[in-house]
Amino acid sequence: MSPWEILRFALRGLTANKLRSALTMLGILIGVGAVIMLVAVGNGSSEQIKNNISRLGANSLTVTKSTSGGGGGGFGGFGGTRNRQQSSGPRTQAHDLTVDDAKALVDPVNAPSVKSASPVVTSSSVTTTYEGTSHSISQFVGTYPAYLGAANKELARGAAFTDDDVTGGRKVVVIGRTVADDLFGTVDPLNKQINVGGTPFTVVGVLKESGSSGMQDADDVAIGPLTAVQQNLTGFGGLNSIVVEAKSAKATDRAQSEVTDILDQRHDISGSNTADFQIMNQASLQSAVSASGKTFTVLLGAVAAISLLVGGIGITNIMLVTVTERTREIGIRKAIGAPKGAILGQFIAEATVLSLVGGVLGVLVGVLGSLFKVVGVKPVIVPSSIALALGVSVAIGLFFGSYPANRAAKLRPIEALRHE
Amino acid sequence: MTPEPAVLDVRALTKVYGQGGTAVHALRGVSLRVERGDYVAIMGASGSGKSTLMNILGCLDVPSGGRYLLDGTDVGVLDERRLSILRNRRIGFIFQSFNLIPRMSALANVELPLAYGGVKPAERRRRARAALRQVGLADRMDHEPNELSGGQQQRVAVARALVTAPALLLADEPTGNLDTRSTADVLGILDRLGLSGRTIVLITHEDEVAARAKRVIRLVDGEIIEDRRQAPVDGPPPATVVEGVR
Ligand SMILES: Nc1ncnc2c1ncn2[C@@H]1O[C@H](COP(=O)(O)OP(=O)(O)OP(=O)(O)O)[C@@H](O)[C@H]1O
Ligand SMILES: [Mg+2]
Repeated sequence: MSPWEILRFALRGLTANKLRSALTMLGILIGVGAVIMLVAVGNGSSEQIKNNISRLGANSLTVTKSTSGGGGGGFGGFGGTRNRQQSSGPRTQAHDLTVDDAKALVDPVNAPSVKSASPVVTSSSVTTTYEGTSHSISQFVGTYPAYLGAANKELARGAAFTDDDVTGGRKVVVIGRTVADDLFGTVDPLNKQINVGGTPFTVVGVLKESGSSGMQDADDVAIGPLTAVQQNLTGFGGLNSIVVEAKSAKATDRAQSEVTDILDQRHDISGSNTADFQIMNQASLQSAVSASGKTFTVLLGAVAAISLLVGGIGITNIMLVTVTERTREIGIRKAIGAPKGAILGQFIAEATVLSLVGGVLGVLVGVLGSLFKVVGVKPVIVPSSIALALGVSVAIGLFFGSYPANRAAKLRPIEALRHE
Repeated sequence: MTPEPAVLDVRALTKVYGQGGTAVHALRGVSLRVERGDYVAIMGASGSGKSTLMNILGCLDVPSGGRYLLDGTDVGVLDERRLSILRNRRIGFIFQSFNLIPRMSALANVELPLAYGGVKPAERRRRARAALRQVGLADRMDHEPNELSGGQQQRVAVARALVTAPALLLADEPTGNLDTRSTADVLGILDRLGLSGRTIVLITHEDEVAARAKRVIRLVDGEIIEDRRQAPVDGPPPATVVEGVR
């Protein structure tokens, strides 16, 4: 009996009950497909988050005013990383972050690790118009030119505004891709004037596309000189934040403690007083997020693995039923001289074909499914998940298929024949 | 020249089902020699142990005691692998309930023993066709068992049993489920096989069937009580003498 022959018997056995075979394969297909897709989604989302964070600038620290005790700040939705808000002690008086605070942070003696510190004010949903076209910019930022470097914003066209523009309070602006597209369409936006809440701003540069970052469109921004934005949009109150750039990625932790010291001093924080500011460290944020991203992937993988296991139990079940149902047939085959190996081979081949075909189809479905965005996440396939899912499904087929097959092949012909 | 060993040689064969108080002694020391070319009918009341004996002769079951030599080989010492080769090459078994494999064409069913015996596909096909022609089913080769009448199914089973040209053809009430017409068909085939020198052992309840055998053995309660020869071993089966062969 050649293996080819045994395979033919197996295929005949499978096609004899097409619906059942198809359903069993479907179980494995869903299991394998789910493993591949869910792991890809988990992987894709953690990669996306990592990209988003590094887009903010890996060397940067963000100082925000701490408004109340309790939970961390609301930067990008990831609270609780490295904020200076340890206890809920009494706070005499919360200071606003000021431009002077920002200036004090650039200090070669007390803060040697700080490269720049940019005061930031933001205004959201700012309506702008250009020749009748209107667009609501989701974030209008007023800051120093150094902010662009700290926040990883690069220019596609034109130039950034300068320190002179800031001191002069000149109404110039750098706009994001989305703003440029919405307001100008095919027109070149450089040196055009846009109307921002009644005030004309001159577009001096267009930012490079940074891609959408999940919920928010990171390209729906405009960045102008601090003074001009304060004058025309936000007023001269406290800053929203100070973006500090460290000299290098390694220096961020040192920069953070330097910034903390300086601000503690300036805001009279000591002993029992709770800090009235918090610092977000992008590097540690990133590692925290990538760790949680991994947990997420593992979780999704575990869910998928369970469905793969259920598929495997399906195969075992079907093989048990098949073998029981066909015990008489096994008896007939043995009576006409089928060797044990041929019987065993046939049923193992049936189980393997079921799991292999189901598994390969599952890989196809998983890979095809990963081409589409799933809830805003572009799945990124982990190659090892394909090998693992396929390997596990075949192993399940072999393992669980051989148990009932072995039981059947061991029967004496007459026992099998008498089976009802 | 050494005498040719008997095709079948069983000595003091016993078979006990179960143990203790509920034990059933289905065979109580059966000894029997069947020479090459003989045509033996085994008769006896229901429960007398005919099927039990037949299953042991067909190597489908193992005896509780005694020896069984098939073509001179002691079957009792063979391992599972050799036994399967023996069932495949030396024995053709015909069941009362046909026992064809469902959803497989008649041709595939007949090919099956050859497949397990390692015969090449082309040769297998040729021999299976020849066997089916021999039982008069040349036009039903591609039909599946559920598309065949009982008589036709049993003829397919006969073809399957003889396709490997076994030394021994065993049939447990081959006509038990058939009407007179089909019975005549099947018995006609067995007669012709007997005429061509094939060794046949069959079980039957019917005297008309037994009348066609060269030798009749009667079992009562697991023991042979009568062993009557109706025609010489090397002669033709009695029925073919009376009717003439077609
Ligand atoms: N698997 C078994 N377990 C227990 N007892 C059995 C088994 N098979 C047969 N017997 C018993 O052995 C005895 C002989 O049975 P067997 O089937 O050989 O009879 P038989 O002569 O073929 O009868 P029939 O003409 O009705 O087919 C019976 O008493 C039966 O009950
Ligand atoms: Mg019987």
